[in-house]
Amino acid sequence: MRTQPVFMTFKKDDIINFVVLMTLAFIIIPMTVKTDYWYTSILIPWLCLSLAAIGQQIVMGYTGQLALGAAGFMAAGAFACFNLVLRVPDLPFVGALALSGLIAAAFGILFGLPSLRVRGIYLMVATLASQFFIIWMIDKFGWFKNYDTSGIITTQDIVIFGKSLTSPMEMFFVLVVIVTVLTLLAMNMARGSTGRRWMAVRDMDIAAESMGISLLRTKLQAFAISAFYCGVAGALFAFTYLKSLEPVAFDIKLSFKILFMVILGGLGTINGAFIGAAFILLFPVVLNTVGNNVFHGSIDATIISATEQVVFGVLIIVFMIYEPLGMAKLWDSIKQRLFGRNSKESEAPVDQADVGKQGS
Amino acid sequence: MTEKRRFPIGDSILELSNISLSFGGVKAITDTSFKVRTHEIRAIIGPNGAGKSSLLNCINGIYKPQEGTITFKGEVLSKINPNFIARKGISRTFQNLALFKRMSVLDNILVGRRLHETASFIEVALQLPKAKREEKQNREKSEEIIEFLEIQGIRDTLVGKLPYGLQKKVELGRALATGAEVLLLDEPMAGMNVEEKREMCRFILKVNDELGTTMILIEHDMGVVMDISDSVVVLDYGKIIADGPPDEVRSNQNVIDAYLGVAHD
Repeated sequence: MRTQPVFMTFKKDDIINFVVLMTLAFIIIPMTVKTDYWYTSILIPWLCLSLAAIGQQIVMGYTGQLALGAAGFMAAGAFACFNLVLRVPDLPFVGALALSGLIAAAFGILFGLPSLRVRGIYLMVATLASQFFIIWMIDKFGWFKNYDTSGIITTQDIVIFGKSLTSPMEMFFVLVVIVTVLTLLAMNMARGSTGRRWMAVRDMDIAAESMGISLLRTKLQAFAISAFYCGVAGALFAFTYLKSLEPVAFDIKLSFKILFMVILGGLGTINGAFIGAAFILLFPVVLNTVGNNVFHGSIDATIISATEQVVFGVLIIVFMIYEPLGMAKLWDSIKQRLFGRNSKESEAPVDQADVGKQGS
Repeated sequence: MTEKRRFPIGDSILELSNISLSFGGVKAITDTSFKVRTHEIRAIIGPNGAGKSSLLNCINGIYKPQEGTITFKGEVLSKINPNFIARKGISRTFQNLALFKRMSVLDNILVGRRLHETASFIEVALQLPKAKREEKQNREKSEEIIEFLEIQGIRDTLVGKLPYGLQKKVELGRALATGAEVLLLDEPMAGMNVEEKREMCRFILKVNDELGTTMILIEHDMGVVMDISDSVVVLDYGKIIADGPPDEVRSNQNVIDAYLGVAHD
């Protein structure tokens, strides 16, 4: 049993993981993956949606507020970024991105207000307002789309240090950097006093309040930070993946997708956001490949896409019942089995006899 | 209670004046006034439904009494909400355990350090020196409390997985971590066996003796109450029927009629 307290947010394991992941992203993937398809259709949307899932994770997994409107905040971020790049000529792209996040955060605070009064499924319905309001607002006022009548606007080029990014690999690198920085910040918050307050509000709000935690501030803070992450994710999603802007891309289906990522990935874990996003993105691809290669087109494409929905539905029910901590927890258990290492000591089962000895 | 105390009982620290609380037509507390002196262990007893928990909830700001005032350290508490009261220096435990179940023991106790954290979320996200320093101090303090309560073996266990008695201990730890001057303990020994009760008593006395914390506790076990408390308030049907040192209360005829009659020895 460890007795020495750990004062650092990052432990040795994290540093190893970090090095492995960065080597993977900057050396191994560029060396092995040569086709653009993997970058444009898998890796880039995966990173963008993982970031949005982190946002959803903060408000839902950590703070326990059932919010459903991530895509609305993503739309706010995407259109904010478009307008900032369009109208503020000297603003660097990263600056525009940060400001887009802040604009989405303002919406987050606004639409987080119902959380002070209602909870659970009722809050979910209330937060849907953000989804519909933001999309409606963008559609209603032509200014947001720069009075474009075609319906689909092409996004501007991403310019970083005076250089336009064109190849998918370059975009992937930029995304990795941005997503890594934001993930580290999220981890710092989640493991520090900020995250403890979120979780305290999630687990027992009356007790949290009695410890001097302001429910109002904590909930709105979580909504704001969550919307910030979704906003940045939305802007990146539009600029690096869609390459176009249309409100329909950010409809309620996307909100549900992000919600599923968080549930399947594991509530209350940052890496669950990445695992969940990977699963939701890759599963249809795998299913299609299997459908095409194993059954050689003897199964109709509509049946395959219907199967996808059914499997997602079943998986969500299974995870809710048997493993509320999601795939992140499964991954932890597998790692523990493989390496015999207990990566999450807090989850170790209590030996009753051991506890008894301690008490006396 | 005859040996010399490091923190002798002093003047009044908390004063309830004419508190009345009702839920709709049901009167939970009627015109109740009493004082709590610094460093004392004050017990509130009474039959089920007498309004004991409601009274604690009033002090802690969860319930808002319709009438009456609460004075803490000479200042009338202007706002009645748990957050404000916590900031004034009153902490508590709950009757039915209100721990953060999906957090570890250490994290639960760390939440108790909330009022000693001033770093904003940006400072925490960027791990600026202030956030780091605070975190270090609070972790050290929490480790001290874990050691004090002798629960080192479960510091990283999720609280929801612990047996009841240990959870009660963790909850005491979390309340202690706040560094509050007054602790409200709502049935700290409910559902415990004799052994656990004895241990809990030891901790309560130890806290009172070493830190001088004023305690207000609700308890059903009369033996415990008589042993550890300095003075006792007896409630029945939302009214005070006796108030004084344990021995006096024990022999009070009203109390015997209302509450002790059955267990009279």
